[in-house]
Amino acid sequence: MAVLARASAAELADRLAALPELPAAETLRAPETGLVMVRGRAGGDGDAFNLGEMTVTRCAIRLGAHIGHAYVAGRDNAKARMAALLDAALQDGLLHDALMRAVVEPLAAAQQEARALEARKAAATRVDFFTMATMR
Amino acid sequence: MYVAVKGGEKATSAAHAWLDETRRGDTALPELSVAQIEQQMALAVDRVMAEGSCHDRFLAALAIKQAKGDLIEAAFLLRAYRTTLPRFGASAPLETSRMRLRRRISATYKDLPGGQVLGPTFDYTHRLLDFALAAEGRDAPATPEAPTDMTGVPRVTEILAREGLMQREALNESEPGDLTREPLSFPASRPVRLQNLARGDEGFLLALGYSTQRGYGNAHPFVGEIRVGHIGVEITPPELGFAIDIGDIGITECQMVNQFKGSRTEPAQFTRGYGLVFGHGERRAMSMALVDRGLRARELGEEADAPAQQEEFVLYHSDNIEATGFVEHLKLPHYVDFQSELENLRTIRRAAEVELREAAE
Amino acid sequence: MTRLTPGFAAPVLDAQASFRVILEAMSRPGRLQRIEARITPPAPLCTAAAAALLSLADADTPLWLDAGEAVAEWLRFHCGAPITQEISAARFALACGTAPSLEALDVGTDEDPQLGATLILQVAGLVASEGWRLTGPGIQHEHRLRVHGAPAEFTAAWARNHTLFPRGVDVLLCAGDSIAALPRSVTIAEG
Repeated sequence: MAVLARASAAELADRLAALPELPAAETLRAPETGLVMVRGRAGGDGDAFNLGEMTVTRCAIRLGAHIGHAYVAGRDNAKARMAALLDAALQDGLLHDALMRAVVEPLAAAQQEARALEARKAAATRVDFFTMATMR
Repeated sequence: MYVAVKGGEKATSAAHAWLDETRRGDTALPELSVAQIEQQMALAVDRVMAEGSCHDRFLAALAIKQAKGDLIEAAFLLRAYRTTLPRFGASAPLETSRMRLRRRISATYKDLPGGQVLGPTFDYTHRLLDFALAAEGRDAPATPEAPTDMTGVPRVTEILAREGLMQREALNESEPGDLTREPLSFPASRPVRLQNLARGDEGFLLALGYSTQRGYGNAHPFVGEIRVGHIGVEITPPELGFAIDIGDIGITECQMVNQFKGSRTEPAQFTRGYGLVFGHGERRAMSMALVDRGLRARELGEEADAPAQQEEFVLYHSDNIEATGFVEHLKLPHYVDFQSELENLRTIRRAAEVELREAAE
Repeated sequence: MTRLTPGFAAPVLDAQASFRVILEAMSRPGRLQRIEARITPPAPLCTAAAAALLSLADADTPLWLDAGEAVAEWLRFHCGAPITQEISAARFALACGTAPSLEALDVGTDEDPQLGATLILQVAGLVASEGWRLTGPGIQHEHRLRVHGAPAEFTAAWARNHTLFPRGVDVLLCAGDSIAALPRSVTIAEG
């Protein structure tokens, strides 16, 4: 779900389009946007406090014997529906490995590369401060 | 006193039509897209998300467009929109030690584990207007890259705490108070104060934070650490019963380190002021941390007579949506109110005139 | 988990439509309204009670119920409402079997009377123009309502609830796709 939640609707649609058709799906809970209260901790490691809310879209889909759930940041209904569909399909033992290879692993790799690129840019701004000889 | 006034529908809709026209500006120029605002006015988007207390980059950018760039009006629009959405639940508290860092600096240690990482910052720029930006179509230069190993970036506060020099934060896993559900009451708990400050007006927080540095509050703060980056948010939906990661948000964290002279029960040590905000907002996070520390004065047994240490004053006036509502309501019709004041004044004048005449006779 | 059936087809619009019906029912106490929702809730939950909870209950409203595990699972899934065993802690209570006593529910406080709980009472049948005589705000002269399968001694319990005003419990009576409301402000006389 972490990988699907971070993919864009277009990326998910592209990956799904390239797959053989999935079994018929039933919408158990149509996509709906709501809020999640994001919490932090005082001092970073103390009592929890409410930082502010974020938009989240959820959806649940039944595919054969499995129910797929999606809770994804943002307000994209199509993305939530595709993420729920994939979550259901991934629980199917016959489909799991093929879907991991065709959808989840390439998306995860792309996300990992984006993170690594950001980390390399950050590393290029690493500095060493020198304290000058004291003047007094 | 308020009194209903009728009429003016035509004038109101004409005013709004003109507002729409002025929002668009010169039609010879291309219209701004919401995506452009989101990408190229990113810090304005971050501020609107923080003060609107709702993380959604697209909505904040749309609000900025609708508000013609008035960021308080935009935060107001975002706050109004969020009331139409159901609450699905609360996230697990963010473990900021696990942030993916773009920037991490400390003013207390020059050589600290994990290093000083500047990230995309205005610091050390010369503040000279760059007229090259006025020429459109110029590509940004490629950002340099360097090999990295950003694992294991401990908190500065943790380094001090291990030596016993930093006060540990209270930690009880009770449900934090929520200003969106329960109105403020006093004395306010630290979680409620932090929620209030996290969505407070940046200018107000900045001025109060500044006042604590200038002697109104006796603070000697150091930036223990500032972290800017992204972090995954986890929730546990009741129907699943286990935690799932729903995506990343951008956050800025500031740990201000302040000396504390100790008390009968506690030795002299450092204490923390804490700032955590949506998006990239260092000024905001630092100001929040200064004010948080100011508001802890009473709990730490310090004198608390400076403005930034007065809980009711700070928490009641930090919210710019409330503040703008009450200030701006003064321009709405107060005709009956004013008539009664006018009548009152005339009566006083008449009485004074009579008195004057009688004294003269 | 796999027995779950869908909730509202269009969560926002369907909830708004149901909310409008419930509002109408609360504004005109005792008048029968119909909730037209194409949902198939698990037994014994009827359409009207299911639609009311889908519209009103959410993660902020603890829910007490006596309708069995399948219904609990369905409501937890679609509403996200936490299920509570403590009826006094519930914001909504759903009774399909023997109704709990009104006194067991939270009646709110004089300062926050809106915190009073709402009891969703599933009954055998609702018939207009006969039975109880209702009077009070929202009723010009008198509304009649016959409740088949009303709890024993209900009108006496209701009279006690009514005296707590502005505190008190509100009741939504549901049968099939019919719904009628008893806001705490209404007075009931046996017909």
